[in-house]
Amino acid sequence: MELDTIAAISTPMGEGAIAIVRLSGPEAFDIADHLFKSVGDKRLKEVPSHTIHYGHIIDPKTDQVAEEVMVSAMKGPKTFTKEDVIEINCHGGLVSVNRVLQLMLTNGARLAEPGEFTKRAFLNGRIDLSQAEAVMDLIRAKTDKAMNVALGQMEGRLSNLIKRLRQEILEVLAHVEVNIDYPEYDDVEEMTHHLLLEKASFVQKEIEQLLRTSQQGKILREGLSTVIVGRPNVGKSSLLNSLVHENKAIVTDIPGTTRDVIEEYVNVRGVPLKLVDTAGIRETEDIVERIGVERSRQVLKEADLILLVVNYSDELTDEDINLFKAVEGMDVIVIVNKTDLEQKIDMEKVRQLAANQKLVTTSLLEEQGINELEEAISELFFTGSIEAEDMTYVSNSRHIALLHQALNSINDAIEGVDLGTPIDIVQIDLTRTWEILGEIIGDSVQDSLIDQLFSQFCLGK
Amino acid sequence: MAYEAGSYDVIVIGAGHAGVEAGLASARIGAKTLMVTINLDMVAFMPCNPSIGGPAKGIVVREIDALGGEMGKNIDKTYIQMRMLNTGKGPAVRALRAQADKFTYQHEMKKTLENQENLTLLQGMVESLIVEDGECRGIITQTGATYYAKSVVITTGTFLRGEIILGELKYSSGPNNQQPSIKLSEHLEALGFDMVRFKTGTPPRVNSHSIDYSKTEIQPGDDVPRAFSYETTKYITEQLPCWLTYTNEKTHTLIDNNLHRSPMYSGMIKGTGPRYCPSIEDKVVRFNDKPRHQIFLEPEGRNTQEVYVQGLSTSLPEDVQQDILRTIPGLENVQMMRAGYAIEYDSIVPTQLWPTLETKKVKNLYTAGQINGTSGYEEAAGQGLMAGMNAGLHSLGREQVILSRSDGYIGVLIDDLVTKGTNEPYRLLTSRAEYRLLLRHDNADLRLTEIGYNVGMISEERYQKFLSKKQQIEEEIMRLKKIILKPNAEVQGLIQSLGGSELKDGIRASDLLKRPEMSYAHIEQLAKATSELDDEVKEQVEIQIKYEGYIEKSLQQVDRLKKMENKKIPNQIDYDDINGLASEARQKLKSVRPLSLAQASRISGVNPADISILLVYLEQGRIAKVANE
Repeated sequence: MELDTIAAISTPMGEGAIAIVRLSGPEAFDIADHLFKSVGDKRLKEVPSHTIHYGHIIDPKTDQVAEEVMVSAMKGPKTFTKEDVIEINCHGGLVSVNRVLQLMLTNGARLAEPGEFTKRAFLNGRIDLSQAEAVMDLIRAKTDKAMNVALGQMEGRLSNLIKRLRQEILEVLAHVEVNIDYPEYDDVEEMTHHLLLEKASFVQKEIEQLLRTSQQGKILREGLSTVIVGRPNVGKSSLLNSLVHENKAIVTDIPGTTRDVIEEYVNVRGVPLKLVDTAGIRETEDIVERIGVERSRQVLKEADLILLVVNYSDELTDEDINLFKAVEGMDVIVIVNKTDLEQKIDMEKVRQLAANQKLVTTSLLEEQGINELEEAISELFFTGSIEAEDMTYVSNSRHIALLHQALNSINDAIEGVDLGTPIDIVQIDLTRTWEILGEIIGDSVQDSLIDQLFSQFCLGK
Repeated sequence: MAYEAGSYDVIVIGAGHAGVEAGLASARIGAKTLMVTINLDMVAFMPCNPSIGGPAKGIVVREIDALGGEMGKNIDKTYIQMRMLNTGKGPAVRALRAQADKFTYQHEMKKTLENQENLTLLQGMVESLIVEDGECRGIITQTGATYYAKSVVITTGTFLRGEIILGELKYSSGPNNQQPSIKLSEHLEALGFDMVRFKTGTPPRVNSHSIDYSKTEIQPGDDVPRAFSYETTKYITEQLPCWLTYTNEKTHTLIDNNLHRSPMYSGMIKGTGPRYCPSIEDKVVRFNDKPRHQIFLEPEGRNTQEVYVQGLSTSLPEDVQQDILRTIPGLENVQMMRAGYAIEYDSIVPTQLWPTLETKKVKNLYTAGQINGTSGYEEAAGQGLMAGMNAGLHSLGREQVILSRSDGYIGVLIDDLVTKGTNEPYRLLTSRAEYRLLLRHDNADLRLTEIGYNVGMISEERYQKFLSKKQQIEEEIMRLKKIILKPNAEVQGLIQSLGGSELKDGIRASDLLKRPEMSYAHIEQLAKATSELDDEVKEQVEIQIKYEGYIEKSLQQVDRLKKMENKKIPNQIDYDDINGLASEARQKLKSVRPLSLAQASRISGVNPADISILLVYLEQGRIAKVANE
């Protein structure tokens, strides 16, 4: 009964070597064909059902390769939802999967609601009656959770910005409405194309700006830029390996964004970490030695989080103390490693150097203290003590997709003005923009327009 | 003494704008109908503005006409001035408004009622309903006359426990000093209906001889003949103008100084008034930065000197009203004939109604108009028509009609009332319609004639004419989509003369029409139609082609809505049995009892997750049924 096509990431974030973006609905094949370029230029519509194909996801706006993928094409009704289903297997890691999902959402798919694939499976008769209650519980539970998460993200700047934009639009709408419903009232200025264009262009710019920041260094999308530092042989490599192995991350080599630095993504208790220069650590264990002093300073400066490792079984050296000085004022977790060996380090001195930064003792070899370390990372992140740029900006796929829709809608309005379309018709697109922005902050009540109308203008007989 | 006086299919209580449409609709469908009113001289009386139509409201009148109602035809016979509003804007918001001769309006309507087959008119005051086993079976009047009926429609306007407030004076009364209806209101309360107290008001009337029109601006009617009804062929040529003047600082100071005598601010008025129709004292207090407010002087008819002072609705004491009037340019020596007043009245909470306008509490009982919390003659008439139609259909054992939000403003109005309720007297505004590009003045017939014909309110002759118009529109659109215009001298010349950019290649006539500078008349010059088409057909072709993209977008939205509307919710559903519904949603659903998933989704407090759960629950029932078979 529901004719739109939904999409979502169907694998848990960051926990697998691959991640799957799933599309379900009547346009699943069209959307996929629009974005997927297979090696032999195959059209997914024409391949046999239930087959898998190698190729690339291309961003149609830039014609650039967004991701190397394997695509499964499954025609309904022999699918999980009984609808046409496309599954795109991407490399795991937040950035690449998110990018693929974004492309789906900006090219005709709608982000699935929590539990929606299961719901469709049920509605299409795929799941039997006994499971119906479970489906309802699922919808409720997931929605509550998603709602809480959304609310959490909504506090602060983004929500205020959206509210301000909506208010701007609402005033224009009320203005247009009052011209329509009270055509003879002369104390209301007539909303002209010129005036409307001015307002619409303002809204357009603001949305574009929001989208731009959302594409820059979003922590949630791109990870918390993390650098591991320490003298040679203190266990940086082990730290890296244990973070990576514990969290089953994979290496992603993103062309164009890294030059001599290779980045790796791990998901630590929901915090995405982008581990910088992991290759350097692997090869020489020394970032300074590998990329030079200046460059390493730069890397440290750009980092959101520094993991400084010192050796429990060795005395503090000048080099250690220099490192402490180099990271002063940054967000640092000090890791005293190798507690399985005999203590030679002066813990009092370490505490003094660490000052108010977090300090964890570990034996990476014996897998001791890793929990505490992860705890420290997630605390640092969720209590907001890490102040990365743009933290309050848009990060979530749903919001980005809605912003893209809002942008399309406001662009339609502007195009309408350019073509000389009557204002009350242009207003359809303006209203739509207002509604979509409302969906981002979970507020789309029609009545507020009427309230605005009567509070802004003096009307009556 | 009680006595048995007769038996009908349908009884309509009241003969205001809702009542007359209800009675006519029911009778036209073929139901034997009785219409009872307190005073037969006051049929279709206009206690406030002597005008019909305007944005949204004017479209309602067109819809009433397309369904076979009377309001459009009646105003076409009796207007003193008619204007098309918003002509500078898009086709979706154009609307007609007429100034009525309020007396001939009444007389013409009464004539129509008297000549209507199946309809009996009766003067009388209804005091109670006969309700047995939760079903309404008839009415009892003040004199004890008992009439039985299969369905009853109540259209009592502002009469239910009406109270007029004029300055320090307050007394029990219907509008314009008519007898109020008190017992019926008490009876409805006793039956268990939730009632609210609303308030509305009207401005003073003044004597035209005492107005110095030279100090005002003239507001004439349109030169082009206009009509509300699709059947009207005769137009009134002689029109009367209205006049525009303004309040000023003196007016506002005077009001300020007398606020302590205003019942609005002394706490004497308790009912909720409409925000869109504030009194002049309200306007001055709330918008005190405005140096002036518009005042329109509107004649109440051709054979009267009374003039309605639009913009000056007030309940200030009589002496203050007189003083206020005289601060206004042109009214310096004015003689006030009737003072303005506020009126408070009972209405029922409209969420107690099904979308057919039948009450949920008492079967066979329908309500329409101001009793449902609306204001405005057009809103009343639209509901009256639907309530009368459904009461008639119901009494004849036929299927009832519910208009959806995409069918018309009447559908929007009723859905808003029964789904969301209202906390002030409800007025239609174009912004209440989400598909207003589809709900236009010009296409009301295309939207609704079919429905009117099917229930039996549209004559065969009119229907055949309608079908032929529809066919002509379709054929002409097809034709323009097929014709390719070559970039020859004639075509380029015309484009150039209109300031457009010249063609590089051939273009479909329909695509050329989409250009902003082009109209159907231009295209017609380049690609003549084989037979001469009506102006109405040409207008449709132009609108439908020009705004095709936007119309298409709206239609897609409607498609989605229709799917949700087709998901019916059975009446016997037990919301307590559904796990996972949020408690606010559960409570709202239990009270509104929506008929479809679409209606459920429009209830405030019912979230998408609740709708999902409801959908799964409904499907579960369906699957269970299949499994049992």
